[in-house]
Formats: sequence, structure tokens, C-alpha cells
Amino acid sequence: MPKADPNLQTPRARVKHLGTARAGTRDLWEIRFTSFALLPLTVGFVVIVAMLSKSDLAAARALLGAPIPAMVMIVFVLASIWHMAVGMRSVIVDYVRHQHMRELALMANLCFATGVGFVCTYSVLRLSFIQ
Amino acid sequence: MVELALPKNSVYGPGKVWPAPADAKFLTEFRIYRWNPDDGLNPQIDTYFVDRDDCGPMVLDALLYIKNKIDPTLTLRRSCREGICGSCAMNIDGQNTLACTKAIDDVKWPVKIFPLPHMPVVKDLVPDLTHFYAQHASIEPWLKTETPAPEKEWLQSPEDRAKLDGLYECILCACCSTSCPSYWWNGDRYLGPSALLQAYRWLIDSRDEGTGERLDDLEDPFRLYRCHTIMNCARACPKALNPAKAIAQIKNLMIARQA
Repeated sequence: MPKADPNLQTPRARVKHLGTARAGTRDLWEIRFTSFALLPLTVGFVVIVAMLSKSDLAAARALLGAPIPAMVMIVFVLASIWHMAVGMRSVIVDYVRHQHMRELALMANLCFATGVGFVCTYSVLRLSFIQ
Repeated sequence: MVELALPKNSVYGPGKVWPAPADAKFLTEFRIYRWNPDDGLNPQIDTYFVDRDDCGPMVLDALLYIKNKIDPTLTLRRSCREGICGSCAMNIDGQNTLACTKAIDDVKWPVKIFPLPHMPVVKDLVPDLTHFYAQHASIEPWLKTETPAPEKEWLQSPEDRAKLDGLYECILCACCSTSCPSYWWNGDRYLGPSALLQAYRWLIDSRDEGTGERLDDLEDPFRLYRCHTIMNCARACPKALNPAKAIAQIKNLMIARQA
């Protein structure tokens, strides 16, 4: 249980810490926005995947070469990854206590999400437009 | 990472079993967390037997019975004995609540009593609430105005006054904050349900002129946005308040002033 606390800061100073970051609302807005966007997009994604399930490569390219399925797939991928990145950022802030580890984890999260976003988008574009 | 296990010096073990009162016919067993900062030992769970024919119906009555008749070293806070002061908040049968309003017959026997979770312990059932109170002070829980004070009182319509219902009743017992996992992990920076409930109470007070500054002070990934609507706070509140709803309303205000 508690030992003598060597920190002589006043309780009020500890609560005030570094002051307010004036941030966080954007994360909330992004999570809400992507959640709502993903509702119709997920339906579209499932429909397209169901249509592709019995297709060969040529038929799949023909379907994904049409503008609406291609756009639905790309927007779905980007919205999902955006949603994932913001959610993961929240998990990291919740559970990673060490300041430097937290900063590293936040950077890694951003890099991972960006990388996955590029790969997925390129994959859809390749299937859609590159024969 | 967050600490999911107790530190070695906080792991509790079995303690003393105190003899049951002689000639008692109706006994209830209590297992109570004991820790003394002066003896250098780990916490222990002492077992007591309370003569229910000689004791009131509430858990606080039993604790006072133990303190007065069995073990005067048992340390706890209590004051009003009727759910108004919040002093006797503790964890009873796994739930944060007030010992004075919790009936012995409403909890599983043997009755297990611990201090409020995840707070430093001063002794036995007394948690250190210094940081909790400082967090409450940080939201500046008083009327902030720029307009010169009126000759009489600040006026408020009955409708605006009604908006404060369900908020002003908070007694700062800390049952909600100490039941919140987000507060356990980040209690140093997250203000917790209790302070945020009070923050919202002043945010929607129609007489207050500091709404913008109050929102500025809360807009922080840690101070406000560590709430994930787990709802333990609403479940634990012995006054049946809903801090999670108040926090959601603060978030809506944050969105409203941007969108």
C-alpha cells in the first residue's frame, strides 16, 4: 500500500498537470462520423463481396471496374482504417502508461494505419483498373 | 502498461479470526480489510462475528458494533449515518456503496468489506481522497459571472432550475469514480465521473457565465475523453445519479460548439 510520497507538488498542481490539450473532440467527431458512414458502406461491402464470391478473376475485375462498386470498396476501406486508427489511438492512451512508450505506440499506430490504407487502396485500384 | 495485478506489498492475506460474542443467538460473519501503515505488514482480512440481536440493520451499524465491542483499532470514516455526507463509502460485497444505507440482509454473507478500490489507503477502510477532492476543486464548482451581481438574487426560471435535478444531489462519496476502470488506469489525469458530473452541473446552470471557459478546461484527451460509457458509475452511485449521462452531455456540448 502507499509509501511516503516523495512528490511535494500540491494536489491542485498534480491535477492541473500540463494544462488542457484543447483536443479530443476531433477524435470523438471522427469516431461518430466514421461509425455512421460505415453503416451503409458495410452493407455495400458485404453485397459486393457476396457478388464476388462466385466470380472468377475476369468477372471480379469487371465488377470492380464499374465506378460505384470501386468507389464503395475504396471508401469502405478508408473509413474502416480511419475508424480503426482513431479507436486504436484511444486504446493506446487508455492502457499505455509510460509517456515515451505511448508516443511511440501512437506513431506506430499512425504508420500502420497509413500503410494498410495505401495497400488496400492500391489493391482495389489494381483489381479495378490495371489489367 | 496498466497494472492489472496488485503490487507485492498490497497483496492481502488471511488475518485474525476474532471470537464470536458469548451467548449470541443470531450471528453474522464479517470479513474486513485491515492495513496499518505503521506495522510494515501486508494487508490482511480479519474475521468478526456480529450479534445481530444487539446491532442495527445496516452495515455501518455492524462496523460500529465491531469497533465499539470487539476491536477498537478498526478504522473507518462515518458521520451522518443517513446517506447525506458520503463519509462511509466503501466496497461492500464487491460493490461501492455507503455502509450507512446498505442493509446487512441485502448483501451476501459472509459480508466482505474493503476500502474504495484503486485508491491509496490511509488505514483499514479509510482511502486517501486528496487527489479526488483536488479534481473536484479543479472544475471550479461555483457560480462564475461577469455581469455585476444583481441587487437581490440571480434569477432562474423553474425550467432551468429543473435541469439541475439529478446533478446537484451528488455527495462526493467517490463511489462512482472508484468504480470506473478508466479512473483506475488514468485517475491521475482523468477527472472521473464525480468531478465531471459536477462540471456538467455548472455548465448547464443558466445563471453561470463561464460556460466557454469551463468547456475549454475540460477539452482534453485525458480530463474528459477517457470516459467510454462503461456505466459502472451509474450502477455504483448510492444516490441513483447518472454521471455517464452527464459526461455524454458534456461531449455533446463540445461537438455543438464546433459543428
